[in-house]
Amino acid sequence: MGQLRASAVDSQIIIYLLQYGVTNGAIYALLALALVLVFSVTRVLFLPQGQFVAFGALTMAAFQSGRIPGTIWFVIIAGCVVFVLDMIRLAPSREYRPLLRSGLWNIGYPLAVSTLVLLPLKDASQVLQIAATLLIVAPLGPMIYRIAYEPVIDTSILNLLMISVAIDVAMTGFSLLVFGPEAFRTAMFSNEVLKVGIIEIDYQVLWVVGGSVVVLGMLFVFFQFTIFGKALLATAMNRRGARLMGIPTALAGKSAFLVAGILGAISGILICPIVPIIYDTGFIIGLKGFVGAVVGGLASFPLAVLGAVALGIVESFASFWSSDHKDVVVFAVIIPALLLLSSRVRGAGSDE
Amino acid sequence: MKRLIWTAAFALLMATKATTVQAEVKVGVILSSSGSAASLGVPARNVFSILPDTLGGEKVTYIILDDASDPTNAAKHAQALIDQGVDLIIGSQIVPATAAIAQVASAAGVAQIAPSPIPPPLFNNPWVFTVPQSMPLAMRPVVDHMKKTGLKTVAFIGFADPLGDLILNSYSKYADSLGIQTSAAERYNRTDTSVSAQVLKITAARPEAVVIGGTGSPGALPQIALAARRYQGQVYSNHGIINADFLRVGGAAVENTIAPTGPVMVAEQLPDSAPTKAAALTFLKAYEGKFGADSRNAFAAYYYDSYLIADSAVKRAKSTAKPGTPEFRKALRDAIASTQNLSGVHAVYTMKPGNVNVDDRSIVLVRVKQGKWELLK
Repeated sequence: MGQLRASAVDSQIIIYLLQYGVTNGAIYALLALALVLVFSVTRVLFLPQGQFVAFGALTMAAFQSGRIPGTIWFVIIAGCVVFVLDMIRLAPSREYRPLLRSGLWNIGYPLAVSTLVLLPLKDASQVLQIAATLLIVAPLGPMIYRIAYEPVIDTSILNLLMISVAIDVAMTGFSLLVFGPEAFRTAMFSNEVLKVGIIEIDYQVLWVVGGSVVVLGMLFVFFQFTIFGKALLATAMNRRGARLMGIPTALAGKSAFLVAGILGAISGILICPIVPIIYDTGFIIGLKGFVGAVVGGLASFPLAVLGAVALGIVESFASFWSSDHKDVVVFAVIIPALLLLSSRVRGAGSDE
Repeated sequence: MKRLIWTAAFALLMATKATTVQAEVKVGVILSSSGSAASLGVPARNVFSILPDTLGGEKVTYIILDDASDPTNAAKHAQALIDQGVDLIIGSQIVPATAAIAQVASAAGVAQIAPSPIPPPLFNNPWVFTVPQSMPLAMRPVVDHMKKTGLKTVAFIGFADPLGDLILNSYSKYADSLGIQTSAAERYNRTDTSVSAQVLKITAARPEAVVIGGTGSPGALPQIALAARRYQGQVYSNHGIINADFLRVGGAAVENTIAPTGPVMVAEQLPDSAPTKAAALTFLKAYEGKFGADSRNAFAAYYYDSYLIADSAVKRAKSTAKPGTPEFRKALRDAIASTQNLSGVHAVYTMKPGNVNVDDRSIVLVRVKQGKWELLK
């Protein structure tokens, strides 16, 4: 009887839980999308994807507290390594144009970006802080690809996965070194609350969901209407075919990782006002994005987004009903998804 | 000839001096300056840069190793330290690592001062001495405060790990006995990106107060969610949140939080009669002088108290035997075990059987007022 009377409260609770689930799901969706894109273009299961979330969030937080973000060192060091690798590869051919271009991108760009810290970004508008954060964090994607994956890109998926694990550990360690062990939170984009009937929605939540939707829309436009995006999508659909049509594999790989870097950093920037981010928060977020991507089959972009949002909602309800076991529930979701996948889809990674 | 004698005498003097230098005290330190407990380990490591180069009047070498918050590493390090002939081990920060060290150290007859709580099986181990306030001791004044303000129902949200369990059991056992009910007990993880659903469940139960069982800056996570739900009741937390980062991350959401803490964290506000005040001010002056204002940290202070205990024990043990010998290690253990009324920065230490080494002088209540810890009288 009591349950009947409580039903008004229950429906309110359900709406709130959906709201929380969709908020987290929107972040997982961005990461799932990046994972699917990177996987289908390069066959790399990019586990460190979540680290970009922490990098984005902590870089933004560093700007807001007027400190030098440690990611700048990462960009400079990684850039130098890439340049040295390019030099070793290009030296015998005595071609100086590509080397010059590599120097410009890998030495010149990081140095240019590091001058950002001279700007008074602490009191600048959040739009400028976000732009600066993206300029620093996003290029790490292609740099990591060039250093760790490109030289061995034709190896087996398992080898690539092991490289991913190693990079994840290295990035976590680096993150601890430069950002320290404590959590950081950035300023809210907006402190107001929207009232819809009996439900209250924080504007920040709308920002997260809205921001994710806008980014998804931009990606759609990028893939459907730009030659660059079409080439990337073509590579994702059929690597060998795309190569035969003259789309360079290395460029496609770097582009995919650039998109991954951007998506990761944006996710971090969006959630950092709601959730304090620690140097190692990224891994678990990335893992949930991965589960979302797997639920969606690791091959289809719309399914990955749906899978990720569904995972967010499952997590939210599991947290409410039995918070001790919510991670068990969240990660157990992957098992039926994998079973279904192995019986139905045989498309992902058609080269294998 | 005369000159020769002088030279010989001088040489002899140098030689004896050299032997005393060799007989210095070796202390092995294990802490977690990376891994999940890094936020406690980095400040703990800092302590050793402000310590004098003598211990109990003897020259001292600290061998500091990082266990990366992993008990297996801690055990390996303990063995390595024993192989290097340390007289004493201080470590580690997390309970599992401390327990792993105890296995190795007590088997080898090396005393261990634990700057972390210890699990019950170690309570009567003669080689292990724990420094921190026990969780029930720390949570007791919190429950007393609930009783005093007439609260009847509270809810709990804490880490989904043994620490969360410990905090829950510590306060709820005593609270139950005073008729204060725990209406909901929710869990979350340190790296979770949302606790909104758990907080929704808590606020739906309408408790008069909420107790937080998370530590460090992630301990602010539930309070941020509670503030977003505009929860009006009192929020209590535990002594694991007392640092500047918690205040920075929590901001307005943690205003008015009441938490227990070792008196060192608010040493300036203590009455002059407080037995720990003098030592605490000395420690804070040295530590914050080097690492900046408000860099004080309870775990750094536990390592500092470990040093104070060792310092006093070496003073008493050194007459019995030479450092580096099994006799000295035994004497050092006995000296630690006979520590009486030693004023540290956290507590007044009197080593007792069962490892009940501190009393209620080691805990005060503080409230967050305008982003600062204020002693609650």
